[in-house]
Amino acid sequence: MSRGRRDPDLVRSYVRTGGRVRAAHELDLVTLVRSVADARPDHRPDERRVLALTSRRGALSIAELSAYLDLPASVVKIIVSDLLDSGHLQCPTPAEVKPELALIKEVLHGLRAIAG
Amino acid sequence: MVSVPSRGEVDYVAETVTRSVKILVAGNFGVGKTTFVCGVSEIRPLRTEETITEASIGVDDLAGLGSKVQTTVALDFGRLTLNPQLALYLFGTPGQERFAPLWEELARGALGALVLVDTRRIEKADDVLSALEQRGVPYAVAVNEFEGFRRYPLEEVREALDLAPETPVVAVDARRRDHGLRALITLAEYLFRRQEATAS
Repeated sequence: MSRGRRDPDLVRSYVRTGGRVRAAHELDLVTLVRSVADARPDHRPDERRVLALTSRRGALSIAELSAYLDLPASVVKIIVSDLLDSGHLQCPTPAEVKPELALIKEVLHGLRAIAG
Repeated sequence: MVSVPSRGEVDYVAETVTRSVKILVAGNFGVGKTTFVCGVSEIRPLRTEETITEASIGVDDLAGLGSKVQTTVALDFGRLTLNPQLALYLFGTPGQERFAPLWEELARGALGALVLVDTRRIEKADDVLSALEQRGVPYAVAVNEFEGFRRYPLEEVREALDLAPETPVVAVDARRRDHGLRALITLAEYLFRRQEATAS
């Protein structure tokens, strides 16, 4: 365990995530999440921070949670994964899943509209 | 310890947004990735940090504790709401090969990449281009024309980088939002043509 002393970040991540090193859900840096339930008293401090930051209205991505909370994205993913399992967080449900070509077209139209 | 920014300081995605996509803004150190992302983003650009493990070349290893060290890599990113349902995230992606573990995650699901190059150090872009090609991420090239620097004909850039004939090459001033948007449109048009050719 001597690596731990050399590497406080690694230890902190490990403790912060309750000992897990991988998220159960497939989460990307751009996965969006919203809160649906308030924190419980037994939630760990970082879980409470995530729930305090997320909103029931506008979503935030994993990357944004990581930036605002100053936590590595890999740690945020594990916390978010647990909170999705416990029903405190939710990923917004898209009205439709588009094939790649339709999605690229949508991106192109969006960019053109912004550029004016 | 349990500090959280107040909600007023947080740029939430619009309530109607349910989907997100990502595009990488890749390039070597100092080429203007963060400037580009700042120029185009509708939110104050943010920074996420990730820890990667890498070989500790040149680091003392007297205790024989292994030859790997943890390094923190910072990624600057921004966001653009493309329509009421869809948000685009732009990630400034560092080029060095030692960031390969990070690249796996960034490349997964990315629609494509805009590669920023600096004509003063054009050969440095090779690593970035091979990293994208290895992971099958389609890209367009944007030459960042820093103020006061000599402009090269884009065809010379294409030749120097040995680009495929269909790969778009554009000139940008990374500080300008209109240039940034135009470069992203060029990339999206290319992605569309490419996908259409595959689909048919």
